[in-house]
Amino acid sequence: MRILTIGALSATLCLTAGFAQDVTVIQNATIHTVTKGTMKGSIVIRDGKIAEVGEKVMTPSGARVIDAAGKHVIPGIIDCHTHIAVDAINEGSVSVSSMVGVGDVVNSEGKDIYRALAGGVTTANVLHGSANAIGGKNVLLKMRWGKDADALVFQEAMPSIKFALGENPKRAGQATGFQAPGAQQNLRYPGTRMGVEDVIREAFLHAQEYQKEWKAYEAKKSKGEAALPPRRDLQMEPLVEVLEGKRLVHAHCYRADEILMLLRVADEFHFKIATLQHVLEGYKLAKEIAAAGVGASTFSDWWSYKVEAYDAIPYNAAIMHKKGVLVSLNSDDAGGAELMRRLNTEAGKMAKYGGLTEDEALAMITINPAKQLRIDQYVGSIETGKQADLVIYDKDPLSIYSKVEKVFIDGTQYFDREKDLEERPRQDARKKGLLEKEKETEKRNAPQSRRPS
Amino acid sequence: MLLKSLSLFLLAGAAFLPLQAEPPSLIAIQDARIITVSGAVLEKGTVVLRDGIIADVGAAIIIPKGAWVVDGKGLTVYPGLIDGFSTWGIPDGAPVAAPTGGRAAVAVPAPAGTPAPARSQGPADRPGTNSWVTAADLVKTSDRRLDAARGAGFTSAATFPRPGLVGGHGALVNLAGENAGRMVVEPGIGLLLSMGGGGYTGYPSSLMGMFSYYRQLWIDAEHYKLNKEMYAQSPATIERPGYDRALEGVLAAKKVFLPAAGPMQLERALKLAAELKATPVIYGAVEGYRMAAVLKKTATPVILNVKWPVKDREADPERIDSIRTLELRDKAPESPAALVAAGVKFAVSSDGIDNPKDVIKALKRSIDLGLKKEDALRALTLSAAEIHGVGARLGSIDKGKIANLVVTNGDLFDDKTKVQMVFIDGVKYLPPPETPPAPRGGAAPSAPGNETQEEVEH
Repeated sequence: MRILTIGALSATLCLTAGFAQDVTVIQNATIHTVTKGTMKGSIVIRDGKIAEVGEKVMTPSGARVIDAAGKHVIPGIIDCHTHIAVDAINEGSVSVSSMVGVGDVVNSEGKDIYRALAGGVTTANVLHGSANAIGGKNVLLKMRWGKDADALVFQEAMPSIKFALGENPKRAGQATGFQAPGAQQNLRYPGTRMGVEDVIREAFLHAQEYQKEWKAYEAKKSKGEAALPPRRDLQMEPLVEVLEGKRLVHAHCYRADEILMLLRVADEFHFKIATLQHVLEGYKLAKEIAAAGVGASTFSDWWSYKVEAYDAIPYNAAIMHKKGVLVSLNSDDAGGAELMRRLNTEAGKMAKYGGLTEDEALAMITINPAKQLRIDQYVGSIETGKQADLVIYDKDPLSIYSKVEKVFIDGTQYFDREKDLEERPRQDARKKGLLEKEKETEKRNAPQSRRPS
Repeated sequence: MLLKSLSLFLLAGAAFLPLQAEPPSLIAIQDARIITVSGAVLEKGTVVLRDGIIADVGAAIIIPKGAWVVDGKGLTVYPGLIDGFSTWGIPDGAPVAAPTGGRAAVAVPAPAGTPAPARSQGPADRPGTNSWVTAADLVKTSDRRLDAARGAGFTSAATFPRPGLVGGHGALVNLAGENAGRMVVEPGIGLLLSMGGGGYTGYPSSLMGMFSYYRQLWIDAEHYKLNKEMYAQSPATIERPGYDRALEGVLAAKKVFLPAAGPMQLERALKLAAELKATPVIYGAVEGYRMAAVLKKTATPVILNVKWPVKDREADPERIDSIRTLELRDKAPESPAALVAAGVKFAVSSDGIDNPKDVIKALKRSIDLGLKKEDALRALTLSAAEIHGVGARLGSIDKGKIANLVVTNGDLFDDKTKVQMVFIDGVKYLPPPETPPAPRGGAAPSAPGNETQEEVEH
């Protein structure tokens, strides 16, 4: 049992969770499948997966039926860039922090998980921060509110790592390394964009050497020679995985020049960047990004918050999309999950800025990020066989008037607006009770006057 | 160092060596109420201490000839209390090795004028790893806090060197002894890992960094071990490993002590311990009431911090804490009872508590909320001994155990009860004299943490 504000709610939802193994049918809804058009019909959920979608479906007797007449259903929203639900974001002491991972410090009780759910987000890519040219390992979480850290992890997902270009990693003067008393403090390299490139190249040159060392050892071993294995290096291992195509790279970037730089470095070392993150000047090289087969995850219309974000335009996503780039919209939320709770309207803006269709707009927060994260065979659209991550809205999801009513992950309901509202007065009463109890205890334990009477 | 090793050798036979001329070597506490912890309470019994060992205990004991007798009428005898996670015995400012690294680092500060030490080049330098430091080398009989600790009924403590990320090896020590070496009951009870602080700014600077730091440290230790083994087999072909005191220290760890405030940190700590293939003991556990089930399931012992969280007195009075914080403050004192109910083995710690008597007061609060006195006492004695691997020698009043006792004039958890004397290795110590209350005396009490002001009121 969790004891957060919404703790009691999880308990009520646990009751409905019992249905997960059974069958749930969402009926009479407007279903935005995203990949197969929009229809009026029903979705059958069995064993956490979507068993059937269509205008006429077979409803087994005894199924839990949710009448969604007048409501809209979309696939669970996937936020390709967040920093929620972790107790650390940056390991800022070094320029290559590939040995660390935010997965080690998932805060399963972080309220942002619940806030994200309430905004229809079912999967969040939780990234290491952008303090380092090569940052730490990321973790992909499903918003299974109430579960422990391990149970939040999107198990089928490929591992990934964060890179960062530009202002954040080049900020000079950051202290690094242990400062012994009286010793000179290290100032972190790099201090320029050139330096960022150098740090990345150098790291991969090291990773290649490290890879060779292991190969040489394996060769010796297979010949039956006695050899000491190389020391395992946790900083190098993820980079070798990148070289071998076993780990995705999500790279924080802004400017066209640095984006080209990274694409060339990746070419040099024969690996592919999975996504360019933020990529606010992506519209300037949409063709190059498309040709490189690299995804782009950006903001709808958020810019000028720092110098390297001055050249952004709200048509960025649409232009890249039209030039053939796989584009998603993200929140970059850390504490509060403010933007994360309204990614549907961020998608809605794409109709205004660039005239995208409803499906194209929705794709940017569902199937496109799923493809970028290589989880599109599991989630991202309403299709038979996919995990039943679904959001029921009261109105069209691209409207600013729409509200999330129910959210399902793997067929289990994790959010219910009605129940949340019902629960609030009870939580308030509970809090009041605790406050009063504490006052009482304080009074009882207050020290008596120490003066002799 | 040689001297210290010598005193450790002496220690092995310490209990059987004749004690100093002055303290009697044969003592009987007669007709006292005896709480053995391991067995039934003796309403009127006698306990005999010989050469620092409990020679006999029971209701009908014939007092041996030549014994010095303590009239136990109106007195209660308990096993000496054990602080499960402490720094007692290690005087503040004890010279710990400068956390400059595991390889060829110099522990002694360089004299003025010498060049600054080499910069840390990152993880490989292992800043903050003091795994070669052992509490047994650091304890001193002169630690000023020992008086106050004995005055509260404590006779032993699991004490740990704290600075750095890997603080060092803890030791189970008695809180008095002829010399530092004789204080040590068990020198290597496990390696202390912290998850924060340490007071430096380099890598690791984040919580997640600490996880990868520990992982790499253990990987390096395993590699070092393999290298040594292979070198021993074929010194002609395998490169000779460089001696590394930090890795030696890691390999010597019998257990690791990991902090966990609540269930989330517990999940992380248990995963880390499994990765390191180390036996974990959890310390802290301020949210113990939420951790009991997992601790039981994984058979993980815990050392509970009993400094119950309270409302910050300096906080903005308009500020209303979150329901989570309120619940924590409300529930934390119920943790001991929750751990008992779940069958989790736990001890308690003085960590963060200045006055040792406040450890008992904190447990009294839990007793008022439903914790059984026997269970509170067991946590303070036998459970602590068992967790630290000295259950056969300490923690209960049984024949053959080390003669560590606390004698009170009533129930230990009663506010009015006073500790009359403690025995450590069979030697009697009196509680420090009570200093007069500050308003009258004007001067601050000289003994640190002396708890007289509260008691004067009664």
